[in-house]
Amino acid sequence: MSGSKKKLQNRTGTSRAAVKKSASALPLPKDLLLKMLDLMVKSRVLEERLIKIYKAGEAYFWIGGPGEEAFGVPLGLLVNKGRGHDHDYLHLHYRGSPTLVAMGMPIIDSIRIMMNRATDTSTGGRNFSNHFCYPEWNVVPVSSPIEVQYSQAIGTAWAQHRERSKGITIVTGGDAGTAEGDFASCLVWSSRKGHELPILITVQNNFWGISTAYEGQHGETSIADRARAFNIESAVINGNDPVECYFRLQEAFAYIRKNRKPYFIEARLSRLYGHSSASGANRIDEFDCIKSFSEYLKKSGVIRDGDVESLFARYESEAREAQESVRHEPAPEASDIWKHVYANNENADWRKF
Amino acid sequence: MANMAQAIRMALHIGEEHLGVKDIFGQDVGAPLGGVFTATQGLKTTWNAPLDERGIIGCAIGIALAGDVCVAEVQFCDYIFNTIDLLKIAGNTHWVSNGNYNLPMVVMTPTGAGIHGSIYHSHSFDAWATRLTGWKIVMPSTPIDAFGLMLSAIEDPNPVLFLKPKALLRVRGEELLPGEPADERELKAMIDAPIGDRAKWRPRWPKLDESFRVPIGKAKITRAVDLGSDAGSKHASATLVSYGRTVHFCNRAADELLAEGFAVEVIDLRSLYPYDWQTVRESVIKTGRVMFVNEDTEVTNFGEHLAYRTANELLYHLLARPRVLAGKNVPGVGLHPNLEEASVPQQSEIVRELREMLAEVP
Ligand SMILES: Cc1ncc(C[n+]2csc(CCOP(=O)(O)OP(=O)(O)O)c2C)c(N)n1
Ligand SMILES: [Mg+2]
Repeated sequence: MSGSKKKLQNRTGTSRAAVKKSASALPLPKDLLLKMLDLMVKSRVLEERLIKIYKAGEAYFWIGGPGEEAFGVPLGLLVNKGRGHDHDYLHLHYRGSPTLVAMGMPIIDSIRIMMNRATDTSTGGRNFSNHFCYPEWNVVPVSSPIEVQYSQAIGTAWAQHRERSKGITIVTGGDAGTAEGDFASCLVWSSRKGHELPILITVQNNFWGISTAYEGQHGETSIADRARAFNIESAVINGNDPVECYFRLQEAFAYIRKNRKPYFIEARLSRLYGHSSASGANRIDEFDCIKSFSEYLKKSGVIRDGDVESLFARYESEAREAQESVRHEPAPEASDIWKHVYANNENADWRKF
Repeated sequence: MANMAQAIRMALHIGEEHLGVKDIFGQDVGAPLGGVFTATQGLKTTWNAPLDERGIIGCAIGIALAGDVCVAEVQFCDYIFNTIDLLKIAGNTHWVSNGNYNLPMVVMTPTGAGIHGSIYHSHSFDAWATRLTGWKIVMPSTPIDAFGLMLSAIEDPNPVLFLKPKALLRVRGEELLPGEPADERELKAMIDAPIGDRAKWRPRWPKLDESFRVPIGKAKITRAVDLGSDAGSKHASATLVSYGRTVHFCNRAADELLAEGFAVEVIDLRSLYPYDWQTVRESVIKTGRVMFVNEDTEVTNFGEHLAYRTANELLYHLLARPRVLAGKNVPGVGLHPNLEEASVPQQSEIVRELREMLAEVP
């Protein structure tokens, strides 16, 4: 970890915040803490399974969210899940698996995308891992171009603003991507006086853009400072602490739901397997939110020795079984390239015009 | 007769009243201006966007993802280029989401030369647009087609790019829109915003036929040729295929040569994608010669695709090699008329090329 990264993380009180909470007074209901741990482990195991699938040569590419569980899981738990303006819209990037797992996505869905099966409901075998799409939960398609979700989020938030509906819009992305114009667009459009948008703008700052370090790319002290210039309420939080994330996200949701105005969160967190399979997808020695959270829960008497290990084991066998069955599922066919070019499968092939 | 800007405005009005349009937005689209070409005056769902084309297209995609119908404007197509990856996303969303999401959005943008617009108000976008798979691309040449195509575009569940030939926006049509008042002064008094203070002004919309449509994908023959009656004529025949502003040049070129006894059919494609191949095909089989005319630059031009297809499928029906007459492959359309006229096809050039083609025999 680079010196400045350590410094920046310490500024938000990495890990100690979680550990300090005394055993006598749990910060959140015990059931919720256990649920968060469960989902964090499930999400981690899923990503590690995807990496194994890649390394076994059963997939072409991996990119995903291991290391972002402490942020992504509370986010998924706090979302008002459903279809339409009165529920929350999610514009996620390719590290959104913890959020989807927390929302109830079965492990097998992600494996189907990873292995490009015809049964992959998100993309039909067309796209990379973690490029989810769940219209029934307002999870709009994840796409690869960095930052475009920030300009699209303006639109769902605008629709909710126009209809004065109950839902809000949530957008996630990385730190390096904030250099793109779409990030600025999101700040400009969501903060216009009299037209403020009900949107939670988040940045998951892992201090890397592939191989380019945070330092040297940013002149601003924190990314959240950019929101302040637009009079957007903002917070820098420790994205490695699920309890802190839960509270700060809860605060942000409450603020947006009540005031129908934007809120900005910069969460500082780890990137545990490097950028993607292109950089090897090997475990990196960075702060591990699951390790620290389970230690904290142990110290607090919420779990006992062996509990986390058996969680891992349970999800590992579920993920392995899922991989087994996905292997036998049908692949997309050549003729599928013409499917869904236009709505209702209207012909799009000029040879047939 | 309504001009094209008025026709678009009336279609948008029907769109917001009857077809579920929730937002019509873009730079200066809302009050007080109602669009730099007045195409959005007096509408109730218009609003002014920040000066941010990527924001405009991103917002339109988002609105469509939320299931709402919107019409977004990019003020001039010259400024749409920095949104091209968002346009790609709009086009691929239905496909990449395995049919889960479709984007019922319309993007309209003025395109082409003819208003002494210099380098950044004369660009064309049609050739670029036809590479945006998943979109439907339309470009009217008359107010009534603009009216009918806009209504179809709004109703279409796919993203539709509505290219407005900017030189034609203030040109009046020759056909009344269904239900339009016969007196154009009356129409103007009803729906054109007054000069000066508009704070209290409200339009009075004429009762137009809301069911009128020009279907996307259907061309129109604007100069028809009937070779049946004089099949033995010694005069040659040809087909011109165009869209937008150059349709009118083609019509006049056809009229000029008709006076000399040549038979020139003109097809206004109206939709670039999907395009009406059957109409082109039948005409080319009939006339044996074809020239595709448009303003976008000539290298990797959409007309080249049509010429390629003609050569592939209709070679043995041809009496002359197929031609593409398009904008010269230079970086821009210069301001001086000598420069502009040398850059994009003019009537005189069409006539010259047409004569050459008509003279060609196998
Ligand atoms: C517009 C665009 N440019 C470049 C890329 C290639 N690329 C993929 S991820 C990435 C780095 C993104 O870094 P950051 O925004 O910090 O997100 P992180 O991957 O660290 O979560 C780059 C350059 C891309 N996908 N899109
Ligand atoms: Mg990063």
